[in-house]
Amino acid sequence: MKRTLTQLGGGLALALSFSVSYGQAPTAPAKPVTPPRPPSVYSNPRSDASDPRIGLKAGLHDAGEAASGMEKIATLPKPKGFAPGDPGTTTAPPPTEQQGVGGEAPRTPPQQYGSANTDLAFSGNHLFVGNYNGINFYDIDNPGKVKLMTSVLCPGGQGDVSVYGKLLFMSAEAMNGRIDCGGQGIALPEGYKPPPPPPPAPEGTPAGTRPPRRPPPPSPDRFRGVRIFDISDLAKPKQVATVQSCRGSHTHTLVVDPNDKENVYIYISGTGPVRQPEELAACSAGDPDKNPETALFRIDIVKVPLAHPELAKIVSSPRIFSDEKTGAANGLWKGGTHGEGLQTTSQTDKCHDITVYAAIGLAAGACSGNGILLDIKDPKNPKRIDVVSDPNYAFWHSANFSNDGTKVLFTDEWGGGAQPRCRATDPMHWGADAIFTLDKGKMKLASYYKMPAAQTDTENCVAHNGSLVPIPGRDILVQSWYQGGISLLDFTDASHPMEVGYFDRGPIDATKRGMGGQWSTYWYNGYIYGAEIARGVDVFKLKPNKYLTQNEIDASNQVHFDELNVQNQPKIVWPQNAIVGRAYVDQLERSGALPAARITALMTALAGTDKKSAGQQVGLAKGLTKDAGSAKSTADGQRMRALAGILNTLGAARR
Amino acid sequence: MAIRVAFFVTLALGATVAWGQSAPIVQPGAPGTATTTVAPAKAALAVPKVADADVVFMQGMIHHHSQAVEMVDLLRTRGKSKDLLALGERITISQSDEMRFMKEWLMERGKPVTMAHDHAAHMAGGGMPLMPGMLTSAQMATLAAAKGAAFDRLFLTGMIQHHTGALDMVDDLFDIPGAGQDPVMFDFATDIDNTQRAEIEIMRRMLKEIR
Repeated sequence: MKRTLTQLGGGLALALSFSVSYGQAPTAPAKPVTPPRPPSVYSNPRSDASDPRIGLKAGLHDAGEAASGMEKIATLPKPKGFAPGDPGTTTAPPPTEQQGVGGEAPRTPPQQYGSANTDLAFSGNHLFVGNYNGINFYDIDNPGKVKLMTSVLCPGGQGDVSVYGKLLFMSAEAMNGRIDCGGQGIALPEGYKPPPPPPPAPEGTPAGTRPPRRPPPPSPDRFRGVRIFDISDLAKPKQVATVQSCRGSHTHTLVVDPNDKENVYIYISGTGPVRQPEELAACSAGDPDKNPETALFRIDIVKVPLAHPELAKIVSSPRIFSDEKTGAANGLWKGGTHGEGLQTTSQTDKCHDITVYAAIGLAAGACSGNGILLDIKDPKNPKRIDVVSDPNYAFWHSANFSNDGTKVLFTDEWGGGAQPRCRATDPMHWGADAIFTLDKGKMKLASYYKMPAAQTDTENCVAHNGSLVPIPGRDILVQSWYQGGISLLDFTDASHPMEVGYFDRGPIDATKRGMGGQWSTYWYNGYIYGAEIARGVDVFKLKPNKYLTQNEIDASNQVHFDELNVQNQPKIVWPQNAIVGRAYVDQLERSGALPAARITALMTALAGTDKKSAGQQVGLAKGLTKDAGSAKSTADGQRMRALAGILNTLGAARR
Repeated sequence: MAIRVAFFVTLALGATVAWGQSAPIVQPGAPGTATTTVAPAKAALAVPKVADADVVFMQGMIHHHSQAVEMVDLLRTRGKSKDLLALGERITISQSDEMRFMKEWLMERGKPVTMAHDHAAHMAGGGMPLMPGMLTSAQMATLAAAKGAAFDRLFLTGMIQHHTGALDMVDDLFDIPGAGQDPVMFDFATDIDNTQRAEIEIMRRMLKEIR
């Protein structure tokens, strides 16, 4: 049965390739007159016109598809309440605030793709898919036949999710989120008349010198922060806590302190506008020079007592951008003031997302104009230990560590995700990944990587969320690029990242821009799950190609997580067995590190189960250990040592 | 035989795309209250509200962005620093894309892409008022007359002023009750804030270097 399905994959791929000739790229915008400067480090090249991803047919549910190194095994459209409304059930907007700005009578705003799917979390055989309008729970016991279990309506955007045991966490940041999960938004007070638009400033008024603002009426119903649900009963999750925060929660990160069994922590990254103190006490914005209590320039840390999650609250708001010497909260800008009416309000004042890697006691913060490295050994008091910036980077968005903690990959979400930034005219090192080496707490830029297939002008595309694929001996990330699809990239060599696989669909609409594509694609226990913003949930599995062998895929399937929250990065540990060993042998063969005869001998030895082969195994291990030091790449040396370890283990077991 | 099986399953897979699945739909309440079950017929997506302020923001921001594109046009022939030229290209790509996005947003909602006449009528010549941070006609003329390093400095101070105004516009938007409730609008406005704040920081670094 399994075999038939595998063969079927080949058939599908063939069928899909027929659609390639249909598509047509809409006219691209004018080419920049000045070509950007080449970057100071390696940036992978764009693929040529023969790339099967170019020219895929457009369509919401019938787009052309192209894949390599992975195959799609299931797609499940968004359910009711998240999918576009059925004709007739969508109510017209109330006639409240629309008049007076010109134009026709208000139309129903377009929502042909429903509410956006966002981030993913995994626990056991359950998948939790965040959405601007709530969360959907799926049973993934049989990943080829993913089953929807429960739909939870609870709007608030973005709906970033994490799971820990029976607790489910969800981010809310938007203006329409409500404590009671209602979908009606926040009503204005009875009889409230919106103020007229502010009068235009006289010519020459310096920016940033506007009159004091009128605070909007506070609402006791509004919720912006992190929601906590008890999911003991998956059919009826209960909201047990709503932890409000000043900027709401754009994303959040689950942090588990190995020394604290009674609590877990949540780092809140808020990027939205700061609330008024009338709505949430002690919230105020402004420059830290003028307002030491400002809610800018910090992250918020929630402590969640596992026995009493209803008591969860913010326990610290560390100023992780502060200057070490002066203590100034806005310490990442060291340029001083410039005079000439310039304001000083534009420093990095927030994180967009933080990835913690407890195994090495570090976190990587993608924080607006900077990438920062935090020591999180005391999770309540993260300490900044390094910071980087990059003139090619528009907006530091998210991060992943390599499993051995010697590299960190940041993403630049240039354009915020709704814009098409993978056109042939968009430079390859803009809106890309930046790969840094990490040594003794210092980050150093090694290269840029961008999904290489040029996309059309109607496809929103930029670097987005991904997770490590546990192939031993290599650093491989499966990464979302919105409508640019999914790219499998190998960054084992930090200076020369390369693509080893992909999946892509044609645009949702060939004529106009639509928000869609992969928000998050994460590897979980042998499968890759994609949260497609418009189209639903996709499930993939790896498939051998030129850059990926079946042995490597088999080795990745030796890894099992009980739970996965990608921003709480787990340490991957492979078992010491022959399956994993064969992946290393394939890699040593691919790189030409060992002659063919030795490759054959290693494969034979790995298959051996008797006493005689134990001697061979130990002998070969000795040779590998000896040669590892002179291997032509660090990666090959590490593979040889790891393989020697496996051979020794196998040999020792049979003596 | 194998081919037949494959063909059959392909059909079945194609079909799942249209089916979707249904499961109980629930809505949690505030902490301490019960979770309720929602009838599928009542689970249709709420329609995002569009406020006056949202429309005015989009119309004003189109006007605001168009000046950044004009400034980069000047930079191409008058600027000196290669790094600044590259940054200018990025600004012009960003702001041109966003202008198109805003126009589509307005048109899809049946709104004009420029401000209603009464908002602009009191301005001399009936043109649109300058949005916060926009360079005055005198500032633009000074910029157009400069060249080389002097141009670069004027461009940087001007664009920082320009971007700072965009941040003010986003702040103003969110100060208006009922504004920014449409998630698309919320995301777009916060993205403008994020992007331009980061660009301001880059420009301030550049300004420091060329002094």
